Amino acid sequence: MIEGFTALYIFMLSAFTGYEVISRVPVILHTPMMSGSNFIHGIVLVGAIVVMGGAETDLEKVLGFIAVALAAGNAVGGYVATVRMLEMFTTSKDKKAA
Amino acid sequence: MEIFIQVVYFVAAVLFILGLKKMSSPVTAAGGIAWAGVGMVAASIVAFFEPGVFDYSSNVFLIVLAIAVGSALAYVTAKRVEMTDMPQMIAIYNGMGGGAAAAIAAVELARLAGGHHEMAAVNQVLAVVGALIGAISFSGSAIAFAKLQGLMKKTIRLPMHMVINLGLFALTLIAGAIIGFGHDVSIQLVIVFFVMALVFGVLFTTPIGGADMPVVISLFNAFTGLAVAFEGFVLGNAAMIIAGTVVGSAGTLLTQLMAKAMNRPISGILFSSFGNAGGSGAEEAVEGSMKEIQAADAGIMMAYANKVIIVPGYGMAVAQAQHKVQELTQLLEERGVTVKFAIHPVAGRMPGHMNVLLAEAGVEYDKIFDLDEINPEFPTADVALVIGANDVVNPVARTNPDSPIYGMPILDADKARNCIVIKRGKGSGFSGIENHLFYADNTRMLYGDGQKAVSELIASIKEL
Repeated sequence: MIEGFTALYIFMLSAFTGYEVISRVPVILHTPMMSGSNFIHGIVLVGAIVVMGGAETDLEKVLGFIAVALAAGNAVGGYVATVRMLEMFTTSKDKKAA
Repeated sequence: MEIFIQVVYFVAAVLFILGLKKMSSPVTAAGGIAWAGVGMVAASIVAFFEPGVFDYSSNVFLIVLAIAVGSALAYVTAKRVEMTDMPQMIAIYNGMGGGAAAAIAAVELARLAGGHHEMAAVNQVLAVVGALIGAISFSGSAIAFAKLQGLMKKTIRLPMHMVINLGLFALTLIAGAIIGFGHDVSIQLVIVFFVMALVFGVLFTTPIGGADMPVVISLFNAFTGLAVAFEGFVLGNAAMIIAGTVVGSAGTLLTQLMAKAMNRPISGILFSSFGNAGGSGAEEAVEGSMKEIQAADAGIMMAYANKVIIVPGYGMAVAQAQHKVQELTQLLEERGVTVKFAIHPVAGRMPGHMNVLLAEAGVEYDKIFDLDEINPEFPTADVALVIGANDVVNPVARTNPDSPIYGMPILDADKARNCIVIKRGKGSGFSGIENHLFYADNTRMLYGDGQKAVSELIASIKEL
């Protein structure tokens, strides 16, 4: 478990990391990049599973079910969309080699 | 077990960051998403072994069912969707993530309201903030999807839209503050809070024009990332904090880059309805007339050119003309013509939208150039072929300070020796601004649907 200031430091360092990592992305990869980062926040699935696991009342179960289903959709949809886009990028060199 | 779970989360976080890093180059991008995928699968599996998850076996069954339902729906839609419709699908998957974050917060708050749950004061506030951002991202992305999918054609503006939005947002914040800082949380107030946040997401997005949707989708992507990070705080899950925050900051940067490419402040995009109101009154009278050209003549011009620069826009996406464009490119190259593609950063409905479509059709990406790279080349091009692009080649952005798009960097198609514009009809573009390029002396208009017009060009070149 991560708490208090440790979490804050993680937050701060991650924010700079994200900024630095994406600052060198060429325009041609912007859409796959957005799709890829969209996939990565599919990690919300982990939280949804944990929350749903501890659900007690019916209301909590319904909300938990929605959370897990939506999160799974985010992760799977984001992944498939990104892979499909990236598959299409080839160079003239690749083609000649093939 | 606990230590093993944490190790897997740690590795997943590393894989996400490395994956994103690899995605920043076309050569390694495919590997990057695979790495991130491995991290995601591993993290999701160990999540089942978190303390408490296996306490109720019926819940485990429901989790597996929910994953199956969500995954299956997303898998089928993502596999089937046309490349042209990708932007709205990204919007909807992103909205699902935001909705999931909001739903997690809803469970936590419902537990709190039920009285059988303890939560640190900081976490209570963060849960509410994450819920707010996630809910806005969820309903806002749904509207963005509806707009791009053509389910919602009109840009709806209520009278006093800004005032209503501000008022609603203030009320949502007040409700959120009462829940976040309160000792006794009432479930009714939580429900009211969520409804208001969702409605705000809708009202926030409806007045924004379709041309500005890329920026909005990118913003919501960043929102979802942040919402996930906040819920990660609440659950004490480092993988969620890291992944969510990285996406949040990366998405914010991407949003800024896009807004910069349009030379408009983000606030201007979000709070003014450029798509509708723009350009009225301040229009400069257009001199000259639009001159039509037949496909046969246009074909000859291109076939005997040394260099052709193709400028694709949203019209190419709508007409699904990218495959025909590739055929045309190959045909011209066989005749020794140099063909290059000029991509404006905001052409289409997402940054890089055109690149994806051209890649789909098999255009090699080393023929595709950014605005800065290609603009100096237009004066040496014999033909600039504009396919379904409008505002991004409008020279008014350079010349008329009164124009709403003044100052936006544009592709200098007007500087090519000849310019051929493929366009469906005589109407003006998304912004409703007259395009002076269409009236220029060296411009010829080839009317017709993008796919049909390019097919005619191909046919006429083959006849030569």
